[in-house]
Amino acid sequence: MTRSGSTMLKTMLLGIGLVASAAVPALAQKGLDEPFQGSFKEALAGKTVAYVPVAMNFDLTEGWFAGLKKELEPYGVKVVVRDPNWSTNAGAQAVTTLISEKPAAMVIHNPDVQTYAKLLQRAESEGIYVIQINMGSNYRSSAFVGANWIEIGERDTQAVVDYCKGKSNKIAVVQGALSAAASAYTLKGVENVLAKNPDIKVVSSQAADWDAAKAKAITQTVLKQNPDLCGIVGFWDGMDIGTAAAVKEAGLTDKVFVATSGGGERRGACDLVKSGAFGLDLSYDVPTQAEQMAGTIKWLLSSGVKPGTVKGSEYTTLIPVTKENAGSDTACWNLSDLKK
Amino acid sequence: MGIKNIGQQGIVFAVFAVLFAAFALFLPGFFTTANMLTLLQNVAVLGILGLAMAIVVIGRGIDISLIAALAVPPGLVLQMVQDGYSLPTSLAAAFALTIVFGLINGWLIAYAEVPSLFTTLASGLFLAGLGQAALFKLDVVQWSPGLDGFEHLGQGNLLGIPMPIVMFAISCIAIAFLLRQTRLGAYIYAIGDNPNGARVTGIPTRPIIVLQYVLAALIGCCAGLILAASVNSMPTRIFNSTLIYDVILVVVLGGIGLSGGRGGVLNVIIGTLLIGTMLNGMTIMDVSYSGQNLVKGVVLLAAVIADSFLNPRNEETAQQGDI
Repeated sequence: MTRSGSTMLKTMLLGIGLVASAAVPALAQKGLDEPFQGSFKEALAGKTVAYVPVAMNFDLTEGWFAGLKKELEPYGVKVVVRDPNWSTNAGAQAVTTLISEKPAAMVIHNPDVQTYAKLLQRAESEGIYVIQINMGSNYRSSAFVGANWIEIGERDTQAVVDYCKGKSNKIAVVQGALSAAASAYTLKGVENVLAKNPDIKVVSSQAADWDAAKAKAITQTVLKQNPDLCGIVGFWDGMDIGTAAAVKEAGLTDKVFVATSGGGERRGACDLVKSGAFGLDLSYDVPTQAEQMAGTIKWLLSSGVKPGTVKGSEYTTLIPVTKENAGSDTACWNLSDLKK
Repeated sequence: MGIKNIGQQGIVFAVFAVLFAAFALFLPGFFTTANMLTLLQNVAVLGILGLAMAIVVIGRGIDISLIAALAVPPGLVLQMVQDGYSLPTSLAAAFALTIVFGLINGWLIAYAEVPSLFTTLASGLFLAGLGQAALFKLDVVQWSPGLDGFEHLGQGNLLGIPMPIVMFAISCIAIAFLLRQTRLGAYIYAIGDNPNGARVTGIPTRPIIVLQYVLAALIGCCAGLILAASVNSMPTRIFNSTLIYDVILVVVLGGIGLSGGRGGVLNVIIGTLLIGTMLNGMTIMDVSYSGQNLVKGVVLLAAVIADSFLNPRNEETAQQGDI
């Protein structure tokens, strides 16, 4: 800046100062009221959000609950949980009772695609927003937040197929429970990839009922019959602890690639990938899912739209947990941190 | 000995032999040493639970809470080690819990004279609930580094034989000895055959009934430790599964009558082998889940029907009734 310029600047500043003090004195001394936050707070305060998982006490559902509370409670939203403890009947009853209790929103984790569908439709027609998580029903409600099981099946199988290149091309599939949509959708993803890779031979495709002991028994037998197996596609890391234990016992940890999926809790995912039990664990990162659910609830409550008139989906962006990132602090989450 | 004298045990053994022979002949890869070991390993825990159930059933009782004893105390071990306690302390706490649980079961049945079916149904729910509500953070209690070495119980080998099979064998020998060679064993049979008669002859029936339930709970806890060591975690939700029916099935199918006083370790072994052979053969054939259930149901029905033809109801079953 030159000397002559500085005189001009002084004049200009003086001018701006005069204009400013005359026109907007409020800006400098009092705050400006943001016009939307008041109604947002009002829309949330004192509301109830009801949460019906298939059961509490496991990493996914505990994580979602803790995340919802963390996000919503500071705004005066009450988050209540109804735990059907794996009973589809008890769950349907809980949803029915909730409809008459009229919470502002319900967060529903479906045991299958059929049972709750009608109830959820009724809930929305009675003015309750319904957010479905991870396992959706046939009824499309205000929002679905969750993993795309077909994508999980495809990516897990692709990883196994890639690993098997130049090896025996024999793989096994350990499914979840036959009645669960998540298991059937994942299987569809598996089939999609297999259709493109006709040289891959599936030597066993059985349901282990989400049970680690059953998964282990099946895998042991399969490995004895096919010691040259090169990969296993598992449907849930909580069950595939058993699959991996069978592989380890057979001394094949370095030869058989186990791909699975789960909520990404540190003990269930990263620690097991680090130990070599799993080659790939696709994580649907529960804390992020909880934040998305909470965000959707905030949006719906503050928007004032009539329940059932808007419908959308938020498929979770998967985090592939592999040897490379299993040791990092960010790939997995700790339930204890979320509960703080 | 005519065909009329073949008991349930004989029929089930025959079914097992036929099935085994058929698989061995027609299913490549079935009759190999490696697969035989896998077969046994997969049913070892079931077999050990069957032994625990056998002790109680022979004494004319039933223990529905066995799966709670399998799930909760071993889960407690894993949880405590995760929380930083040493392995011996955790094991001691788990065994103490198991013994207290067995004592409560036994006291209610022997002294308060509550029927065993209802007592253990309720106490099992209580223990499982206690575990979920107070002891565990999550349904599946994960392995932690403090337990390293302990997994040999479920994954190790002894002279090439997987540990679960070794443990099943040891349990079989110990319990066969208990039932057949000791006075206590004779008392259990006597109580099962005729409780009032046993008491009149001076057998301390009530303490022995308590002991049966403590033993069953302890065996259940050991089976749970083997299971946990074998899958590197304790899925405590197993309490909600149908495992208890499989255990009763092994016992009843093997030929231990629910009216008590009959059968022994051999029956449990035969029942376990039949289930193991069916599961293993069908897994090799890659039979679908529903197909497996269908076959299981048909084989079991066949065994039960054959039994009721060959051993029609007599005066004794008519008087006692059967479950």
